[in-house]
Amino acid sequence: MAYKSEGSNLVPVPSNAVIPERDINDMPALECKNLGITFGGLHAVENFNLTIGRTEIAGLIGPNGAGKTTVFNLLTNVYQPTTGTILLNGMDTHGMSTAQVSKAGIGRTFQNIRLFNNLTVEENIMVAMDKSIKCGLFAGLLRLPSYFREEKKAHKRALELLHIFDMENVANHRAGSLPYGAQRRVEIVRALATDPKVLLLDEPAAGMNPSETADLMANIRKIRDTFQIAVVLIEHDMNLVMNVCEGLCVLNFGRIIAKGSPAEIQKNPTVIEAYLGKSHSTKAHEAVNEVVEENSDTGSDNK
Amino acid sequence: MKRKNTNKYVSFALVIAAYAIMMILTASGKITRSMQGMLVPICAYIVMAISLNLTVGILGELSLGHAGFMSMGAFTGTCAALMMTESVPDEGLRLGISMVIGAIFGGIAGFLIGIPVLRLKGDYLAIVTLAFGEIIKSIFNNLYVGFDKYGLNFQLLSEKGIKLEEGGRMLIQGAMGISKIKKISTFTAGFILIILTLFIVYHLVESRYGRAIMAIRDNRIAAESVGVDVTKYKMTAFVISAALAGAAGTLFAMNYSTITANKFDFNTSILILVLVVLGGLGNITGSIISATLLTILPEALRGFATYRMLVYAIVLIVVMLFTNASGTKMLISNIKAKLGGNKEEEEQ
Ligand SMILES: Nc1ncnc2c1ncn2[C@@H]1O[C@H](COP(=O)(O)OP(=O)(O)O)[C@@H](O)[C@H]1O
Ligand SMILES: [Mg+2]
Repeated sequence: MAYKSEGSNLVPVPSNAVIPERDINDMPALECKNLGITFGGLHAVENFNLTIGRTEIAGLIGPNGAGKTTVFNLLTNVYQPTTGTILLNGMDTHGMSTAQVSKAGIGRTFQNIRLFNNLTVEENIMVAMDKSIKCGLFAGLLRLPSYFREEKKAHKRALELLHIFDMENVANHRAGSLPYGAQRRVEIVRALATDPKVLLLDEPAAGMNPSETADLMANIRKIRDTFQIAVVLIEHDMNLVMNVCEGLCVLNFGRIIAKGSPAEIQKNPTVIEAYLGKSHSTKAHEAVNEVVEENSDTGSDNK
Repeated sequence: MKRKNTNKYVSFALVIAAYAIMMILTASGKITRSMQGMLVPICAYIVMAISLNLTVGILGELSLGHAGFMSMGAFTGTCAALMMTESVPDEGLRLGISMVIGAIFGGIAGFLIGIPVLRLKGDYLAIVTLAFGEIIKSIFNNLYVGFDKYGLNFQLLSEKGIKLEEGGRMLIQGAMGISKIKKISTFTAGFILIILTLFIVYHLVESRYGRAIMAIRDNRIAAESVGVDVTKYKMTAFVISAALAGAAGTLFAMNYSTITANKFDFNTSILILVLVVLGGLGNITGSIISATLLTILPEALRGFATYRMLVYAIVLIVVMLFTNASGTKMLISNIKAKLGGNKEEEEQ
């Protein structure tokens, strides 16, 4: 139960049962403790506590400017946190570089797509496999057998990964020349190529059409099932979030205002107010509105 | 991928064909003396352009002191050759060893510059290489080096302190540079250096290293996010670029009887940058073509004194259109991004 009756008022209680049951006995993939960062005087993220199960699909939602992307930048050490700790598989990532964090097991995509535009799709993915290609500078320059062996292996792996989205046919296309939706998918494949334990997706459905979004939903589940990894996604498409995520965390003004299952979040008055009270994002606002209305028909025991 | 491979074969074919044609023309005596004298400088400038393209076009960092590395290679390589006059009588071998030494010193200079600069996020390389070019020029202009059977003798500002044993000789004499150089550079040596350069650069680009280097150029933040060690790869590209420039410097210097530090000034650095931009950023074939044309042109236009600048301008435009136009666009957008600060970088 995420709500406790206190007199006649319903008070939200931070739910601890966010982790899916199957993950509860394992060490969490990712743990944030009291994470915070300040830009000038602005507390972009404050007192951020979150635990992600090993095979969980979690959603991070909230109005624009809430600090969602900043959380991703903290997790990948693009920014150094002002306070708090991040544990990746129980290991403190403090002081690591972004590249080291990637090697330690966090893969990510970006809200504004960041592909290597002048490289082919396949090369984009092979760059991300850098740590697993065992071929030194001189082996490459002199074209030693190890060069050909490793390139062939990487090529095969890249095509395997592209197969997730049935994109083998664009392997030799320039990444920058692909349509928007395809670029988003290549970014996901590239993040997967780093062999992550946790995959962070920053608005993966932004700019996609409804059929692409439906595909993406199925594929996010498929990715989790195939690779047995945790996925954290930031998304404004409420339909996607409510359908795919097992646990949700809602941010507003850099603070967590609610945590829980999608069903719990839909009913949470604080969340509804955050979206409705100040209409930061009309899209999210309408979506939540809809979901809330739908839900009020089925009736809820909390009301 | 296909596109790149064809480009590679075009480059090799072009260089080999040009070499064959020039050798035939030389053998049949159909080549003018002035043309003959330009063959080695053309080779040196081709290598300079290709190596700078590695830094500017492939790594995406601006270098304004590429002539400094050339200078480094020219002076160290030539000194080495002079010191080996007796011990290595074979001229081809001596030149080869000298070029390797020039490359090593060029590479060391690149490495030393790279240590502080390539760690930084931002465009400091342009400023530092600019300063490096000037500093290296001043150093060689004020450096006096003698050589005798006991070894090398260094002195700054004047040669007074240098006492040489019998049979010793002065190598570098300040602003007078190195004189009485035995010209051992040959067109064939230049050709071999170009072929080697092409092998190194193309093999680099088509390997894990090259992919990572180009990934950093296209999007540094994304490259870091997939585990690319940015400093290491930047350093690799920059040191190789500087080492190739060093080898080219040795080749260039040993084509003259006298070499002075002022030959490798800021104007030379800019000229090489112009070759790269005209040929197209990242376009190796383009660099070869533009280096050849723009080295021959001033000489070939001697006859048209009146229209010289006009023809020169037209050729510049034609070369620009002929080679990768998108490369030029990239430079412009790069410069714009640089002028606009790192705004784009901050946004994730
Ligand atoms: N590098 C930065 N410097 C200053 N302020 C920043 C920086 N990055 C983010 N912010 C601020 O932090 C807040 C949260 O931004 P962001 O995480 O991008 O929001 P969201 O992804 O939830 O839309 C915004 O007010 C933004 O302006
Ligand atoms: Mg965002």
